[in-house]
Amino acid sequence: MATRKSSAKPNVSAEELLSFYREMLLIRRFEEKAGQLYGMGLIGGFCHLYIGQEAVVVGLEAAAEEGDKRVTSYRDHGHMLACGMDPKGVMAELTGRESGYSKGKGGSMHMFSKEKHFYGGHGIVGAQVPIGAGLAFSDKYKGNDRVTFVYFGDGAANQGQVAETYNMAQLWDLPVVFVIENNQYAMGTSVQRATKSPDFWERGAAYGIAGEMVDGMDVLAVKEAGEKAVAHCRAGKGPYILEVKTYRYRGHSMSDPAKYRTREEVQKMREERDAIEHVRQLLLTGGHASEDDLKSIDKEIKDVVNAAADFAKESPEPALSELWTDIYA
Amino acid sequence: MATEILMPALSPTMEEGTLAKWLVKEGDTVSSGDILAEIETDKATMEFEAVDEGVVGKLLIAEGTEGVKVNTPIAVLLDEGESADDIASATSAAAALSSAAPVEKAATEAAEAPAPAAPKAPEVDLSPDWPEGTPMKAQTVREALRDAMAEEMRADDRVYLMGEEVAEYQGAYKVSQGLLDEFGAKRVIDTPITEHGFAGIAVGAAFGGLKPIVEFMTFNFAMQAIDQIINSAAKTRYMSGGQMDSPMVFRGPNGAAARVGAQHSQDYAAWYMQIPGLKVVMPYSAADAKGLLKSAIRDPNPVIFLENELLYGHSFDVPVLEDFTIPLGKAKIWREGKDVTIVSFGTSMQFALEAAEKLAEDGIDAEVIDLRTLRPMDTDSIIRSVMKTNRCVTVEEGWPQGSVGSYISSVLMQQAFDYLDAPVINCTGKDVPMPYAANLEKLALVTTDEVIEAVKQVTYR
Repeated sequence: MATRKSSAKPNVSAEELLSFYREMLLIRRFEEKAGQLYGMGLIGGFCHLYIGQEAVVVGLEAAAEEGDKRVTSYRDHGHMLACGMDPKGVMAELTGRESGYSKGKGGSMHMFSKEKHFYGGHGIVGAQVPIGAGLAFSDKYKGNDRVTFVYFGDGAANQGQVAETYNMAQLWDLPVVFVIENNQYAMGTSVQRATKSPDFWERGAAYGIAGEMVDGMDVLAVKEAGEKAVAHCRAGKGPYILEVKTYRYRGHSMSDPAKYRTREEVQKMREERDAIEHVRQLLLTGGHASEDDLKSIDKEIKDVVNAAADFAKESPEPALSELWTDIYA
Repeated sequence: MATEILMPALSPTMEEGTLAKWLVKEGDTVSSGDILAEIETDKATMEFEAVDEGVVGKLLIAEGTEGVKVNTPIAVLLDEGESADDIASATSAAAALSSAAPVEKAATEAAEAPAPAAPKAPEVDLSPDWPEGTPMKAQTVREALRDAMAEEMRADDRVYLMGEEVAEYQGAYKVSQGLLDEFGAKRVIDTPITEHGFAGIAVGAAFGGLKPIVEFMTFNFAMQAIDQIINSAAKTRYMSGGQMDSPMVFRGPNGAAARVGAQHSQDYAAWYMQIPGLKVVMPYSAADAKGLLKSAIRDPNPVIFLENELLYGHSFDVPVLEDFTIPLGKAKIWREGKDVTIVSFGTSMQFALEAAEKLAEDGIDAEVIDLRTLRPMDTDSIIRSVMKTNRCVTVEEGWPQGSVGSYISSVLMQQAFDYLDAPVINCTGKDVPMPYAANLEKLALVTTDEVIEAVKQVTYR
């Protein structure tokens, strides 16, 4: 099966294109700012940036409805922004402050929002996959038609618990979309060096799970595939696998020397396949927006990100008494 | 306004580095994402990207310079229309921000100072588990556990049971007998043999608002799932700042059965007892099994409920009450005595009680405490008893290093040191994997005779 791409003349409104542009740009600028704050020592520990992969989560969120759930790995900032969580609360968690989503106790990898149905933020590679199937299990048990999106990478796709979950999700017809964000590197190990069967979505066939490969640098293709997957789940047909081919421009985490790939490879992706530039061109060539319109959006986003950064720097650290709270309900 | 570019910290531990190479020169226009320089840390050479756009006004640090401290200005970036002359007015947003960050650290305040030896006896809840005069009936531990699950499933439709062979087979050890008939396949769910996966699914279901009971055929197999139990179930409430809950029970037989060898004979009490975020229960009697399991199912936290295969068939008196629960975290005094305190829990209670009876024949009056819950642990009841008897022996099936008993010993040393007339002795399983041969297996387990011998040592008889 060929990789899903959007058609040459996609049927998409100016309004929708603009919202994709805005949301992807917010993620990119937010992540660049996070990288900067990390360099300044304001963010510590592990910090995994989503730059390059923005179209994946923005496209899939466009296919989601109110009440649908999502859960992901430690590379989670983009997912939180895309589901409507407040950039201030996310950035303040990155700086470890009391106004962060986890009161400063979680950090980059561990944030949650019940209100936005965002269930983490998980630091153990692959652990979010059965958890996501469990969220879907709870919806099926309650008899509603909500769907859960589980995001994981090409690295996690090789974990044993992912295979276990595929089996049970299909056995019990769980309404879960397994989104494999294949950014082609599991930390520093390329897909080719980790598996002989590199088309991860095809592994679903062993369990009877339908799926497909999608061009993850094309937000319209991702949305289209997401809608198909969601319809499948909502109709009670069980899980669906989307392998979304994407690319991470930055290192695995902030302390990644990136010696496993060439600078040219990264540069080529940025120049030829950038997801934001793709939408930008659609907006300009379609006459949906002028350079000036886009400039003012850029400025607006920059202001949002700067406000989040200021908030995150000014917010106090958690009270020392917080050490002992939130352990037991 | 011109912006200073600062030497970045490129790893959690980096304090300084070498500016190996500039990839831009003065006058170059850069935009965010462009690589400015290569920087060597203690671990690797890293590329350093621009965040802001502008024109490189001046490179402040020459390439090849070693030992450049993090946050030192290394270049100046000019905005559109600025010239190099504006550099003098460059302000470092970064520097200003760093100083704005709160730096107050008072870690010492957070650490709780160890309490001095307790001067007075702690307050202990000595109320009986059921009212006097309550009618009783004989029931096995197996039946009591099943009744507890059935009652809670009737009361709350969010409660469901999942595990290997729990439904159609009626439970590998018949604990879930009859539940499928009463509650149907939606709520009594047979899983494939994939502990890691179904434990994770149960955690997700708990996040989603259900109250799963996960049966492990034995806790030996829960080692496959221990990441989900600890990293996902136990820690998420804390990591989410109190937003998320995992109201669930992980239950099943724990410890040695009979002649099943090393991989199927292990007591996990001390393992799980260490984890903040978990509650850990290990009942001995049928009444406790029922009352504690009902409390565990209602508890809003993840509870590890450690049963024992050999106890399943034992009968005890169970109160006949409409809704009988025992609170988690409350020990039970099985036998009052004045000469020595024997602390145990789970199946080892048999040896503690048998030893106490035999010791009574020798004129030694032992008090026997069943902890019932290991986390939170009712240490007050132990301390209160030891302040009376001045001697303590602990009895458990698990291994000696890092045992439940060694924790109790340390609590007594810190909080009741002045009351101890002898060192605390921990009776434990032997420090070996469980052997198969009948005679060796017997030797590896704790025995009544060992408890008697330990009591005689601490009472200097």
